[in-house]
Amino acid sequence: MSVSSILAETGTVTRFAGRVFREGFRPRFEVQELLYQCYVIGYQSLPLVGLTGFIMGLVLTLRLRPTMVQFGADSWIPVMVGMTIIQEMGPIITGLMVAGKVGSNIGAELSSMRVTEQIDAMSVSGTNPFKYLVVTRVLAATLMVPVLTVLSDAIGLFAAYVGINTNGVTTVALFTNQIVARLTFGDVLPAVIKTFFFGFAIGLIGCYKGYYADKGTEGVGRAANSAVVAGSLAVFLLDLLAVLISSLLGLY
Amino acid sequence: MLPAPTPAPPAAPTANPAEAVLTIANVSLAFGENHVLQDFSLTLLRGENIVVMGKSGAGKSVLIKCVIGLLQTDSGTITVLGQDVAALDHNGLDRLRTKLGFLFQSNALYDSMTVRDNLLFPLRRQWLTHTPAQEAELVKQALEDVGLADTAAKMPAELSGGMRKRIALARTLILRPEIILYDEPTTGLDPITGREIDHLIREVQKKYNTSALIISHDLACVRLTADRVALLSEGRCYAEDTYAGMQANADPQVHDFFV
Ligand SMILES: Nc1ncnc2c1ncn2[C@@H]1O[C@H](COP(=O)(O)OP(=O)(O)OP(=O)(O)O)[C@@H](O)[C@H]1O
Ligand SMILES: [Mg+2]
Repeated sequence: MSVSSILAETGTVTRFAGRVFREGFRPRFEVQELLYQCYVIGYQSLPLVGLTGFIMGLVLTLRLRPTMVQFGADSWIPVMVGMTIIQEMGPIITGLMVAGKVGSNIGAELSSMRVTEQIDAMSVSGTNPFKYLVVTRVLAATLMVPVLTVLSDAIGLFAAYVGINTNGVTTVALFTNQIVARLTFGDVLPAVIKTFFFGFAIGLIGCYKGYYADKGTEGVGRAANSAVVAGSLAVFLLDLLAVLISSLLGLY
Repeated sequence: MLPAPTPAPPAAPTANPAEAVLTIANVSLAFGENHVLQDFSLTLLRGENIVVMGKSGAGKSVLIKCVIGLLQTDSGTITVLGQDVAALDHNGLDRLRTKLGFLFQSNALYDSMTVRDNLLFPLRRQWLTHTPAQEAELVKQALEDVGLADTAAKMPAELSGGMRKRIALARTLILRPEIILYDEPTTGLDPITGREIDHLIREVQKKYNTSALIISHDLACVRLTADRVALLSEGRCYAEDTYAGMQANADPQVHDFFV
């Protein structure tokens, strides 16, 4: 892929995003489909995101522990792990898992609907398919990724507590205190805000790839595949952007 | 000097049995250099079935997609039930579409929904409102019309090709359209199932007094369903006649379709 084609694609995705906003704010609102998509994107991703969150918290703690003990800094483990999970690992891992699961789902679903004329059938049935399919999915992903991230963070922190407690006697209260005492609003808020953008990007790219899929069955595979690749890349790029903006604003 | 000819009296309004429900006038459409339709004209009367024939890639699907507003024409006008399709806004088009049925060449059943939900989808999306009891009755009626009353709970993937075609037809019928556009209703089906679909098309025409534009190159289907046949060639309506008339036509272009 050449630089110019990436730029051209970025342009069309931006226009696509503009259309999502334009159509999203105009009635009629597809509330029922939105709730269903929240269920599909949020609830059905929960086991996956929860499991990866747990493993992440546990591995991080067990890895960090020997070094910290060596330096006599074991009391810093909770806050270090907590910061890492809340600020970076939680959002990124959740974003990537959702990009993989949800992004490919949306890409494959919409592209197969395009190929088999189901999207046209919706138009014919008096439904605006863009509103019904695209706006609902983008919005659901935007709303659900932050929720999933917070849940993944919580599970990750619980796993960290388990990791610390394997051969220690830290109480839950002490563990929580150590984290909460050191966390500021400026640590948490940007980390939560960026996940809305992760969700938006994942939903948007999945829908874009699916909605404009090439005819034929290979178009379906291509749409699913490129939705995952572009979605994951977008998560990293947005994360980089979030760090740059936060440090410019002096939040760290 | 002769006096100027007096204009013909205006056509009688709606109640006229020979009222035109669909008028395609001088329609052209090109995709880049590919001039698919060039000055195509055709008129469909109330209660009439017209079959449009033409080679693969001649632009038959494109033609009926223009009629239902899925594609925009470059020039020419399409008038459906007295309304110019190109002049309608989004809501107007949606309203007009409640009176139009469209049977997709690929059926276009919603994979993720049961047969019942497939049928309910157009019903619930329209401006009309129904009670659950009325909805259930309409679904039952539509499924009985196509002879598949016991499939309501099935998924489309569980059905055979012919059954899917019938369900697609049931989904089209549920809104009681005045005009139905059939895109190759029998292609890909065995002859027996094909004839069943043909009879269904005729039954629907009689039962609900619909008009239909049918795309087909299945001769048996054409013979059974057509009141008139039109041949789409090089973007134009090349010939137009009854089935017998077309069969007797010596023009090689027409003749080749009827052997
Ligand atoms: N959306 C589109 N964009 C560009 N070209 C198109 C589009 N739809 C159709 N065409 C072109 O228009 C021409 C006519 O296509 P159409 O689908 O109407 O053929 P058809 O007569 O229905 O053929 P078949 O009998 O195989 O279904 C083809 O050359 C096709 O490539
Ligand atoms: Mg076709």
